[in-house]
Amino acid sequence: MAKKLLKGNEAVAEAALRGGCDFFAGYPITPSTEALEYLSWRMPELGRVFIQAENEIASINMVTGAAVAGARALTATSGPGGSLMCEGFSYAARMALPYVLLNVQRWGTGLGTLDSGQTDYFKEVKGGGHGDYRSIVYTPASVQELCDMIYNAWDVAEKYMVGVVILSEAYLGQMMEQVEMPPFKERPDRGWAIDGTGLTGMGEFAKKTKGADGMKVKGEGYEQIKEDLQDWEEYGLDDAEYVIVSFGLPGRISIDAAKQLREEGIKAGVIRPKLVWPFPEKAIAKLKNIKGLISVETSDYGQMVEDVALYAKKYGLNVPVYLYAHGKGVPGVRIVRDFYKSVAAGNEKEVF
Amino acid sequence: MALYELPTNLKKHSLCPGCGHGIILRLIAETIEELGLQDKKILVLGVGCSCNANGILGGDDFQCAHGRASAVATGMKLYLESQGKDVCIITYQGDGDAGVIGLAETLNAAYRNENITVFTINNSNFAMTGGQMSWTTLAGQKTTTSVNGRDCAYTGNPIHLPEMIASQFDVAYAARASVCDVKHITQAKKFIKKAIQNQMDKKGYSIVEFLSQCPTNWGMAPVDAAKYVAEKMTVEYPVGEFKVKE
Ligand SMILES: Cc1ncc(C[n+]2csc(CCOP(=O)(O)OP(=O)(O)O)c2C)c(N)n1
Ligand code: SF4
Ligand SMILES: [Mg+2]
Repeated sequence: MAKKLLKGNEAVAEAALRGGCDFFAGYPITPSTEALEYLSWRMPELGRVFIQAENEIASINMVTGAAVAGARALTATSGPGGSLMCEGFSYAARMALPYVLLNVQRWGTGLGTLDSGQTDYFKEVKGGGHGDYRSIVYTPASVQELCDMIYNAWDVAEKYMVGVVILSEAYLGQMMEQVEMPPFKERPDRGWAIDGTGLTGMGEFAKKTKGADGMKVKGEGYEQIKEDLQDWEEYGLDDAEYVIVSFGLPGRISIDAAKQLREEGIKAGVIRPKLVWPFPEKAIAKLKNIKGLISVETSDYGQMVEDVALYAKKYGLNVPVYLYAHGKGVPGVRIVRDFYKSVAAGNEKEVF
Repeated sequence: MALYELPTNLKKHSLCPGCGHGIILRLIAETIEELGLQDKKILVLGVGCSCNANGILGGDDFQCAHGRASAVATGMKLYLESQGKDVCIITYQGDGDAGVIGLAETLNAAYRNENITVFTINNSNFAMTGGQMSWTTLAGQKTTTSVNGRDCAYTGNPIHLPEMIASQFDVAYAARASVCDVKHITQAKKFIKKAIQNQMDKKGYSIVEFLSQCPTNWGMAPVDAAKYVAEKMTVEYPVGEFKVKE
């Protein structure tokens, strides 16, 4: 199929529909709004439900109501909107409801800014709402990956009965790239949906399928997800001295930086997680004889770096863990390259 | 010959003796049975003493977060409708749930004239959490957070949800009922029937508020609590229909 030049937020919306999304509720917020605008005309065209909600609390609750009724439901937001949804994520997790959240991250606390950032890592990866639950968190680094990840998001959500987050970034949502759009997918029968009969809801389904993988959403279920969903891109790990861990757009840039470093004869390596929950610990487990790990992220004080350090510990890597927290925007290749050199020269202080 | 039989779809509950919730739930159960909607209804529950209604009608129900039932019901109804399913979505919420924490969800669903049925139980307090002041609490009424009686100059005045919706939004039906005596219970049943029938006839949004006795938190015997509804609550909250779309 021919590739098309598409804007991230619109491409991801179309890919969601092709992946079976048949219900959307959302409230406008930059830099995610184009997804909502696109769906507002495209969904009626396909006979699917679009609703502009009064706020993000209502959005996630509408998504919950639709999801329990069988929908492949989606909401999209950024920063402050995501905070409002946290109550709903917790309730959906409690009910083991599958749904998808597209979070086009804007940088910052409070109102933040419209700049790109990765400041919602903790919120999405560590739960966000109250209680103890996890969401599956995909971290695309290109418009094509955005599309591919959301295209399969409901299959994954329904298999494990958990919420899936597509953790996009402002620049990724706003930029245009060549994309090969996947075809419309046949929706598999999920096996349950509340419909008023009292016979096909999740409770009845659970009784019939006791012990089926789909219902193991706590403990064992999360362990299974950790085992199954290990996905990352790597570069130069075999003989790397320092390994950069970086996801999304900074991850993509880090690979370019490592390539340039290699041209200078410096043995840089990169792990670019394609999911951050579960964290690609199997990539960390592979590492041998490295001198240190460097988390490159567009947070202010470091978020993912804590997981990098924890998994280094888990796999017995007794090496320093450094942080390059870029703040808002996206670091240039040169900045990442120079930080690596500065670490190698002993000029940076490790954070763990 | 039995004089009265409980509707077959009504399960046992754990509400306090003399609680209005029990009467209202029984009326809803009867109506659903009479309209033949047992295999079409989904009860969307608020948080409060309405949590006791989980499983009470048998069949499908869904427990929402506090205040969010109208949004959940909206998503559920629109989706099932898009799938060609003719369902009856009823929210069952306290006055705090629908009219305080969930005021935004309630008004916005009414604003959009969603084709759902909203039942809200006004017992003039937050009963589930032990009897705090609600927006429905009467002037001068003592609660655990208005121990000297509600001072409306400081807290705002009692809220009138169905009147507000009837006066502002293009909905199908808005009414207030009471379950303090037989005459009112009979009337309440009629209101319930209209509010549900409207949805099945695709007429749009219907809301019924029920004045409901809460003997436990009012510190009254059930008979006195019913009397309090008749003599005090109905003065502030008139019973009747405020909007009936033909
Ligand atoms: C977000 C949130 N805040 C607070 C609570 C605690 N809470 C549970 S029920 C309730 C009040 C319920 O009052 P009402 O809706 O009037 O129902 P009633 O119990 O009186 O029938 C509160 C404050 C909660 N469950 N969730
Ligand atoms: S506390 Fe009040 S509203 Fe709740 S069950 Fe008891 S009497 Fe009914
Ligand atoms: Mg109450």
